Amino acid sequence: MNLRRDVMGFGLRILNRFAGAPAVDKLGLRKSSEKAIYQASKLGFRTASAAARSFGSMQKLVRPARLPKNSSNGLFDLTPSEEQVMLREAAQSFALEKLRPAAALADTACAAPAALLKESDDLGIALMGIAEELGGAGSERAAMTNVLVAEAMAQGDMGLAVACLAPSAVSTALSLWGNEQQQAQYLPAFTADNAPAAALAIQEARPLFDPFILQTRAKRVADGFVLQGVKSMVPRAAEAELFIIAAQLDDAGPALFIVESSVAGLVIEAEPAMGLRAASTARLVLSDVKLPSTALIGEGAAAVYTECVQLSRLAWCALATGTAQAVLDYVIPYVNERVAFGEPISHRQSVAFSVANMNIELDSLRLLTWKAASRAERGEEFSQDAALARRLCADKGVVIGSDGVQLLGGHGFIKEHPVELCYFDLRAAVLMEGVFLI
Amino acid sequence: MINLETPKKFRMLVEQANHVAREIFRPNSRKYDIAEHAYPKELDMLAALLDGMNDGGGSEGAGAAGVRRDATKDEGNRNSSNLSTVLGVMELCWGDVGLLLSMPRQGLGNSAIASVASDEQLKRFDGRWAAMAITEPHCGSDSAAIRTTAKLDGDHYVLNGEKIFVTSGERADLVVVWATLDKNAGRAAIKSFVVEKGTLGFDLIRLEHKLGIRASDTAQFALVNCRVPKENLLGDPTVNVEKGFAGVMQTFDNTRPLVAGMAVGLTRACLEETRKLLEQAGVVIDYNKPANVQSAAAAEFIKMEADYEAARLLTLQAAWMADNRKPNSLQASMAKAKAGRTCVDVSLKCVELCGSLGYGEHSLLEKWARDSKILDIFEGTQQIQLLIVARRLLGKSSSELK
Repeated sequence: MNLRRDVMGFGLRILNRFAGAPAVDKLGLRKSSEKAIYQASKLGFRTASAAARSFGSMQKLVRPARLPKNSSNGLFDLTPSEEQVMLREAAQSFALEKLRPAAALADTACAAPAALLKESDDLGIALMGIAEELGGAGSERAAMTNVLVAEAMAQGDMGLAVACLAPSAVSTALSLWGNEQQQAQYLPAFTADNAPAAALAIQEARPLFDPFILQTRAKRVADGFVLQGVKSMVPRAAEAELFIIAAQLDDAGPALFIVESSVAGLVIEAEPAMGLRAASTARLVLSDVKLPSTALIGEGAAAVYTECVQLSRLAWCALATGTAQAVLDYVIPYVNERVAFGEPISHRQSVAFSVANMNIELDSLRLLTWKAASRAERGEEFSQDAALARRLCADKGVVIGSDGVQLLGGHGFIKEHPVELCYFDLRAAVLMEGVFLI
Repeated sequence: MINLETPKKFRMLVEQANHVAREIFRPNSRKYDIAEHAYPKELDMLAALLDGMNDGGGSEGAGAAGVRRDATKDEGNRNSSNLSTVLGVMELCWGDVGLLLSMPRQGLGNSAIASVASDEQLKRFDGRWAAMAITEPHCGSDSAAIRTTAKLDGDHYVLNGEKIFVTSGERADLVVVWATLDKNAGRAAIKSFVVEKGTLGFDLIRLEHKLGIRASDTAQFALVNCRVPKENLLGDPTVNVEKGFAGVMQTFDNTRPLVAGMAVGLTRACLEETRKLLEQAGVVIDYNKPANVQSAAAAEFIKMEADYEAARLLTLQAAWMADNRKPNSLQASMAKAKAGRTCVDVSLKCVELCGSLGYGEHSLLEKWARDSKILDIFEGTQQIQLLIVARRLLGKSSSELK
């Protein structure tokens, strides 16, 4: 079997889907989801978690299906492969033609339109992270490709991009660290037509939150684990059927647990925020949630959890890069067209230099993220690179968002322009842990 | 295949350059900082070694001449002399920027010759040390305003004017002098001329005393009816208003990444020394812990490192584009802007973090903080780089965005 050709074919399939799509669809909200949307925007509204499908093992695996490491010919290269270009373009068209027009309404509604999420699923982005023997389309570790896709999606709208991409965090985590039983039980659902909503929950609501010091506790009992605690800012939590939840395992350190939404003791509490509203963020309240012993991922190894945190930080850097690019792409024509004192405001150095610095720091952020991601997919040590990317994202991403609003003046402050959305979303990108993996 | 690591094939070269920086530059750093204007004779032997590295095919060139964009055509990704040169410069400037600038036959004039000279000129000036003379007492960044004139008289151009801030002006064999063929024709009339030292009417007036990079000499010249053979004009001798400044300015697309590389090397020196001192003082730098739960010094260090890495990758990007013959004016200026300001900010912050240990002459941190400032000034100031970047992004001319 030629894996490369199959991946290429996969890319072409995606491209073909887009070629046939109308330029801009009117993305109406379905009547049935209106109630849920109202609830998602109401702070603290509590609901039972969604009823999960029954995740049954449809096939037996002898050993876990892992994607092999990627390799390099040792040359410095900033050119994406043909497959990466195709996927990026597909994601970009989707972002600009579908996500962007739906962003404002989804922000107000605190929910992504169901039709849009279905369309995003059909793109098959999550399939890239799942091995072919489990019905996926991945032939090798594709962290770099995921970065390119996340950048492209966030150019449309970060909140909607998070809503679309969040479920893939669970399938990616299972691919990377799940054992054969966990993979066989849960991954086939992600490659099926009606893939479940799912979410990776690490964040907890407290100042100076450190993902390596968790207050959510997992107690080992005779037949499994009991979880107790509250997770914060979990996207699409109310409809998610499957979670991966980080909790402190006795005295051993933080670990990841598979939690089906139908488990007793799990309550979802709406937690809308200043940004990422389209992702329907919520808290997970876990009260004596009993899990089977098979729920623990990666045998609770510290290295697994650390890599998970690092990959999620990089995912946020990629999203921030895309959003910052969207800001710049919006600001440049604006400052060229806006006239003050008889000439375009872009003729003033104070304005022009802001634009120059936005691009310098944006390109910096992109390169740092690419470096870390390309190391990750080759299986090389990348913790320092991931940390530096996140640091730069924290320092400069927020400034790009702020300068974007500033350069539009009063117009930046009103909802008519998408820049104010980016401003809030860029703030999220560096305080969030978990949610999405590359 | 996206890969941002140091190319495998240049690792040997980087190691060699690092060895030179460690064994020759660093031990002489303080000596020539104190003995300003003394010739660092230790470099002669070294220059011969670098010439050897250039001639040996394996390294694909290093040093100032590495910026030439050769005409060979092959498909696919290239990692060639622009990248290897900038990687070498980073290592050497980790050692000492002033000494790198004093390296025989590695002047900016050599880069200019490599960038725009004809094959015949390239051959004729091969093996000579060339400095670069652009700035005049009344103009720096506004190089289109230069007043030095060149008039054709038979087989010679006659040059008249005054040049300042000529790096290696005293030590170089040749000086590439910018002069105008016609003051009324604007930028298009500005050409560069290779002037041999010792030419009648080409006189060294004085050497500057400087804030930093004291190992490098900075000269002032007077040109009084200085006759230069007409075949010493680099590039096209006709005044073509369409093409304008393109010829002489093209040099900058190739040399700005080199200067950015100098800043990157110096920044790394500061960070390594500071990390060592901080760790000795008990500071723990943890890349997984959120910045806000670490000590202020550790958080500050990671922030500086992020800016350093950004500057480094922007610089490699610009050089890689030059290797692949992609237009890189925007990326070259972005790299220079980011690296220039980063090396100033980081070197000064490192002095602050290390206290009197950083401020005093027992360590080299104070010297690096003095050396760094020029890197955000020469080869286009921070502000000039931002202008270039902004004009490119906004699609503005120099008359619209001044």
